[in-house]
Amino acid sequence: MDAGLLPAVTIAIPLLAAVLIPIVGKHENIREGVTITAAVTMLGSVLAMLPPILSGSRITIPLLPMVPGGDLALRVDAFGMVFALTAAVLWLLNSFYAIGYMRSLQEHAQTRFFFCFAVAIAAAVGIAFSENLLTLFVFYEILTIITYPLVVHVETPAAMKAGRKYLAYLLIGGIFLLAAVILTYILTGTTVFVPGGFLAGSGSALILQVLFLLFMVGFVKAAWMPLHGWLPAAMVAPTPVSAFLHAVAVVTAGVFGIVRVAGWVYGMDLMASLGLGIFLAVIASFTIVTASLFALTEDNLKRRLAYSTVSQLSYILLGVSMLSIAGMTAAMAHIPIHAFLKITLFFVAGAVIVSAGKECISEMKGIGRKMPVTALMFSAAALGICGLPPLAGIISKIYLALGAVEGGMPVLLLVIIASTVLNAAYFLPIIHTMLLQRPDDERSLDSVTEPPLVMLIPIVLTVAVSVWIFFSPSMPFMDLIDIAIAEITGSVVP
Amino acid sequence: MIDHLPVLLIAVPILSALLILLAGWYDRRFCYPISLITILLQFGAAIAILLEVMREGTIRYHLGGWAPPLGIELVIDSFNGFILAVILFLSAATVVYARRSVEKEIDPEKRISFYVLFQLLVTGLVGMTITGDIFNLYVFLEISSIATYTLIASARRPRSYVASFNYLVLGSIAAGFILLGIGNLYVATGTLNMADLALLLPASYGLATVHTAFLFLLIGFSIKVAFFPLHLWLPDAYTEAPSAVTVLISTVMAKVSVYALFRIVFTVFTTAYVIDTFAVTGFILFIATVAIIAGAVLAIAQNDLKRMLAYSSISQIGYIMFALGVANQLALEGGLLHILGHAVMKGCLFMVAGLIIYRMGTSQLSDLKGVAKTMPISCAAFALAGASMIGIPPTIGFMSKYYLVLGAFEAGQWIYAAVLLVGSLLAAGYIWRFIEIAYFGDHHSEDRRPAPAREGPVSMLVPMVALALLCLFLGVFVEVVMEAVRPAAMLLLGGA
Repeated sequence: MDAGLLPAVTIAIPLLAAVLIPIVGKHENIREGVTITAAVTMLGSVLAMLPPILSGSRITIPLLPMVPGGDLALRVDAFGMVFALTAAVLWLLNSFYAIGYMRSLQEHAQTRFFFCFAVAIAAAVGIAFSENLLTLFVFYEILTIITYPLVVHVETPAAMKAGRKYLAYLLIGGIFLLAAVILTYILTGTTVFVPGGFLAGSGSALILQVLFLLFMVGFVKAAWMPLHGWLPAAMVAPTPVSAFLHAVAVVTAGVFGIVRVAGWVYGMDLMASLGLGIFLAVIASFTIVTASLFALTEDNLKRRLAYSTVSQLSYILLGVSMLSIAGMTAAMAHIPIHAFLKITLFFVAGAVIVSAGKECISEMKGIGRKMPVTALMFSAAALGICGLPPLAGIISKIYLALGAVEGGMPVLLLVIIASTVLNAAYFLPIIHTMLLQRPDDERSLDSVTEPPLVMLIPIVLTVAVSVWIFFSPSMPFMDLIDIAIAEITGSVVP
Repeated sequence: MIDHLPVLLIAVPILSALLILLAGWYDRRFCYPISLITILLQFGAAIAILLEVMREGTIRYHLGGWAPPLGIELVIDSFNGFILAVILFLSAATVVYARRSVEKEIDPEKRISFYVLFQLLVTGLVGMTITGDIFNLYVFLEISSIATYTLIASARRPRSYVASFNYLVLGSIAAGFILLGIGNLYVATGTLNMADLALLLPASYGLATVHTAFLFLLIGFSIKVAFFPLHLWLPDAYTEAPSAVTVLISTVMAKVSVYALFRIVFTVFTTAYVIDTFAVTGFILFIATVAIIAGAVLAIAQNDLKRMLAYSSISQIGYIMFALGVANQLALEGGLLHILGHAVMKGCLFMVAGLIIYRMGTSQLSDLKGVAKTMPISCAAFALAGASMIGIPPTIGFMSKYYLVLGAFEAGQWIYAAVLLVGSLLAAGYIWRFIEIAYFGDHHSEDRRPAPAREGPVSMLVPMVALALLCLFLGVFVEVVMEAVRPAAMLLLGGA
């Protein structure tokens, strides 16, 4: 097949699955077969694009003329590949996990669930492969709408309320993003991403600063504080959905957008001259510390993880704010690294719900005796996020520290250290509770076992990938990131 | 034959209305096929004419061979050629939809007159669209209005009589304003031919007579299009009319009224008049923005699906008037696109409401909990058309909104652009109320009886699904539509 068509094919695969899933919805095994087949094929299609991207080329494919300001067009570059590859791998693992989870709990409306999942992953990959801001916006909005049925899946009044909050935040954010896109078009007459940015000299400093603020509010999916409220609220969703929101697609789409705008719309030099680095650093530092403090107070495991995500996402913003090569590298690297670690944590939280029916940390005393593998994997991923080798979390931390020094903002080192301490403060007690404490009532855990293999294997695999990234960071993620950094700084591809 | 298509567009349906009456006397079952065939023929002719116009330019047809300005001429240019195709397409969809709906909602002995009036309504609207004579426009307006009053009342419920009567009163006031406006124009220029008027009027732009004429026409047509706050007739009329009639008047009739207003503001008068001589665009822009917000807020407050959609129409008319208020190329492209887009999506939404009434016997939102389980296809169509109403890309609703905002930005109307963007979110408020109730309201309710899927008849489903899919496809392939819209917008601004 012509490699030039692969980006479109990659998006078409899950969309095709979305058409098939309702048709075969009555037959569960066929329906799940469609999901898995689509996930495998999509991963294959993404991997097929990896060699040309790693050799430094880009694949562009215009799809349709749309409106003045941008046609519907795809372009795969190294940075988009980082996101797409993360999403594709995690979709496959998450699909297995979701099948186990939904069947174990005998959830209702599973056809709707898998349908929405398939469309959502298509939208996520669309965001990764967008050639211009408008295409990105189109997929971004589709992602918002199609994840709503997933968030309110349990359909309790509490879930409906959370769903309204989710929709309100993200749709209003979408309006800001649209305003930002249109303003960009009015200022420059284009919205096509250019490595190193294209906004320089197109408007007064004030306008460009306001525009950046519009973009920031637009990418509310990045859950920076104080616009993070939707993310903990969305915790009412089934766990595979939480995993999807936190690792595979949704928040990732938000931070991806911000990095895209910083590197491919503004460019680091313009950001620096507008003082946007400091603005971003303040937001990121505030979010990192405050969200960690929030996490300390949560007893519900999923909600604690949600605040942990809010905090961790701002690592990426912090990396961008340094406006240095190491900082940018940290920002891009943290996208897959955080995704793989955080999805493990959510998988475990869901496994505990399935096996033991427990959501609160205080009820999980000694659960590691009955679910040793699950609890160990949780511990590994949690320590990984704290920055302990041999897991990938340490990589982005090192680059962040380097970036802080390189970018001349050593004060940010304090933020990184404080955050690490806080990470440990909210993760270590969980590990302690799970592994070391004795249950209040010995017999209460009698019926608890490890989750079904279809859930356990993804848990182990995500940790394995994190370890693998630690030992072999260059292939493929760091190599891709090096190319992306070279693009936006205008230096030669190493 | 092909040369005479314009007049056949009007003559054939009038004859067919009579034929329906005669055939109906013989056997009632003949009414529907005759109506369907006529409208399909008209639609075919409209497409042929639109292609001809896009290829060759404006078509002028002199009725009876009498040359204008004395004779009446039919003029089809890229603007009304586009409108004509849109309204006849929607009329065709409505007729297909109407058959079963009518069987349910209209007494058997009244069905003949229903189809006759339906045909006359379409005739009047087509006439309004293609005539080049302003008095002739008024005549067709009255034909369509009287047909509408009767059709609304044909639901034969007390409330529909009231709705019809209210509309009759307000519609007559509107007609009075329009007639006086036309009279004033005749006094000022001595002609009734629109092209002639456009030539002669600039000389009299300073006259109070002309200002009065413009104001009267503006007010009259504002009532007809239900431009806030002159919308009072609309919610009752849309809610109480039979479902098929609601679909037709909310899409076709509303759009033709908008067309007439645009025609008069931009072709009979000109942008120069409405921007410089009698600066009214700023005011219209302001009211349009208020209409967008107020209509949406009122829609959110409703408890009846049809009434909610009716208020939504008031909000959506605001978008189209917004284009008139900005009055530049991009905004007008957005406005014209929205005429098409809104007709398609609101047609689809009202068809869903009609199907729900057909199946469930009610359109009270509180009675529709979990209706998506019973009527999955209808609710999916609602979701798609609703997404278009909110303006989620890549639907047609997003595209028209995008052009409008872009136009407003370009005209430097930043604040209005911002209000439009925010206002569009209000649509999410009322669309989502139904979505929540239909899809997510049922799972934990007390009585969980497993409701088997029971959709309406196929002849009602097909046009509804077609319109829902069009919301998506017109958006994705918006460039094809823009081929027709762009020259139309240029024409309105006085270009080629």
